[in-house]
Amino acid sequence: MNKLAVVLLAAVTLLAAGAACAAEQDIRMAPAPVQRLDQESLQRGARNFVNYCLNCHSARYMRYNRLTGIGLTEQQVKDNLMFATDRIGDTMVSAMKPEDARKWFGAVPPDLSVEARVRGADWLYNYLLAFYRDDKTPTGWNNLVFPNVGMPNVLWQLGGTSKLVEAEFEDPEKAEGAAIAVRGISKLEPGQHGKYVVLTLGQQAPGALSRSDYEAFVADLVNYLDYMAEPSRNDRMRLGIIVLLFLGLLFVLAYWTKVEFWKDLH
Amino acid sequence: MQRLMTWIDERFPLTTLWESQWGKYVAPKNFNFWYYFGSLAALVLVMQIVTGIFLTMNYKPDAQKAFESVEYIMRDVEWGWLIRYMHSTGASMFFVVVYLHMFRALLYGSYRKPRELLWIFGCLVYLALMAEAFFGYLLPWGQMSYWGAQVIVNLFSTIPVIGDDLAVWIRGDYTVSDITLNRFFAFHVIAVPLVLIGLVAAHLMALHEVGSNNPDGVDVKHQPRDPVTGLPPDGIYSHPYYTIKDIVGVIVFLAVFSVILFFVPDMGGYFLESNNFIPADSLKTPEHIAPVWYFTPYYAMLRAVPSFFSTQVWGVLVMGAGVLIFFFLPWLDRGAVKSIRYRGSLYKGWLAAFVVSFLILGYLGTVPVTVWGQFTGAWSAILDTKDKATWVARIFTIVYFLYFVLMPWYTVRDKTKPVPERVVWR
Repeated sequence: MNKLAVVLLAAVTLLAAGAACAAEQDIRMAPAPVQRLDQESLQRGARNFVNYCLNCHSARYMRYNRLTGIGLTEQQVKDNLMFATDRIGDTMVSAMKPEDARKWFGAVPPDLSVEARVRGADWLYNYLLAFYRDDKTPTGWNNLVFPNVGMPNVLWQLGGTSKLVEAEFEDPEKAEGAAIAVRGISKLEPGQHGKYVVLTLGQQAPGALSRSDYEAFVADLVNYLDYMAEPSRNDRMRLGIIVLLFLGLLFVLAYWTKVEFWKDLH
Repeated sequence: MQRLMTWIDERFPLTTLWESQWGKYVAPKNFNFWYYFGSLAALVLVMQIVTGIFLTMNYKPDAQKAFESVEYIMRDVEWGWLIRYMHSTGASMFFVVVYLHMFRALLYGSYRKPRELLWIFGCLVYLALMAEAFFGYLLPWGQMSYWGAQVIVNLFSTIPVIGDDLAVWIRGDYTVSDITLNRFFAFHVIAVPLVLIGLVAAHLMALHEVGSNNPDGVDVKHQPRDPVTGLPPDGIYSHPYYTIKDIVGVIVFLAVFSVILFFVPDMGGYFLESNNFIPADSLKTPEHIAPVWYFTPYYAMLRAVPSFFSTQVWGVLVMGAGVLIFFFLPWLDRGAVKSIRYRGSLYKGWLAAFVVSFLILGYLGTVPVTVWGQFTGAWSAILDTKDKATWVARIFTIVYFLYFVLMPWYTVRDKTKPVPERVVWR
């Protein structure tokens, strides 16, 4: 049995090593600073969402009255966050018509109800910070995380504009070092003549918010998107702790009973 | 109470049934860790049926509404998220316990005479479970649901002559559509569960007829019985001894289950794939289509087999053979002993190689074939594919099958140890 355990352990280690290789990517992203239990951040995020996202994107599975789950009263939601409907039980539907969306952006913007479960909070956070000016695209914007995305940078008035910064390296390890050294997003690509290119973003013009305020703005928004993708998550974890404590107690009782019964056997 | 039982027993063999199936069932007293997974599989089956009933109350098998109705369950139905996560976690955990239960049989030779039929019923349960999982996976109607079903149904179209018509017959349409969703729903909620319950009943009846094997492979049932208690020296009554022991096992299992359910219900994309939160779109093929983890060893085999004579049917055949070959184990194993405790290094080595193959194939089935890069160099021009992962999958597919195919040879050659008269206990 012990030999078998060793072999199994070796196999699992091998698999983990393989998985680690697979996870290696040429794009480096910053972790999203989201606080799932921070209700004020979630409330700010909800405000940012209805002000900046809901014009084009829907969240068709999210009801307005569900926002009471982040510490708001129904009246507060009605007064501050409901622009598209009068009924608190309605879901968050954008006013933009699909035909118009196709005409303007080439595609209907995706529904964002569960987008955070598709992409993950880190991806969303970096994506929103990765826009840069690009004259070659129809919208004049491009994105380092999602190249040639149809969406323009709707937050540019707050965050300002960025431009793409390219740095060429002869040595792949130096290129990788430079990519790691960047705070925020960087992308390592093979360049021409066997060289390596590190792509990063540089501020072009400042926006209404300072850089750190803007990053906090996006973090709140992503925190909300993450919450909206699974509003029951905090309840789920709270219940989980209770269930585990209960099972722990039950285990002690059941185990004693088992030992007591099995004492008779020889 | 006594009078009520007498009244019932005169009209229905309730006491006889209880005593033959559990109450007076004599089991070996030396069951170890590996013997929990049978009762746990039964527990998960019940859990899946009960949560499934509640899910059907709000789920809509309609291509326009299915995805939305799942989100409705997750958000608007009271405790809907709990029921849905129990069902989705239960699906994966069902395979976890069934794979461990099957591995137990490989460890201790539980499929050997006289338990051949018991083993075959078990294999049929495994087949039915795969069908159940496959049909059920289409129902959330996400991108992975849709394209996974598309890939699996297309496997049938590789069969010569009748293939294409067969695939259309299964789908009821030329692509996976609303019609397919409706019939898969019917299979998932009634047809396959009925078969499954029937097979599980047969599996249990066969078990209680021949008696349980044990970690020593000692024949406990035919030991001389104690004249007073009527029990064999190494046998005990299931009730209360294994009732209480299994309850302890159930609590530990439920704790593991709860950790997943309440804290990581998508298990990093292995139990709930992130692409499945995008509604099904017949016009957008995902870049990387992978089945859920419990099918991936067979999926890796399917992808590893090259096409010959311009047909892909060989991969399908190999994949099918990989599952069906389990049925033949009772006749492939010709060893003098049942349990790994008394087997020689040959069997232990092959079993370890089999487990490693299964795990590596399982991993490779979850990732694109390009995961480990490609062979370079002039010599690689002779290869039909340069993907390293495909070659690794080919090698381990061969090892997987060699475990079975060479079994009649290595189990006979193996240097076994003598089996004791009595079980080793404590």
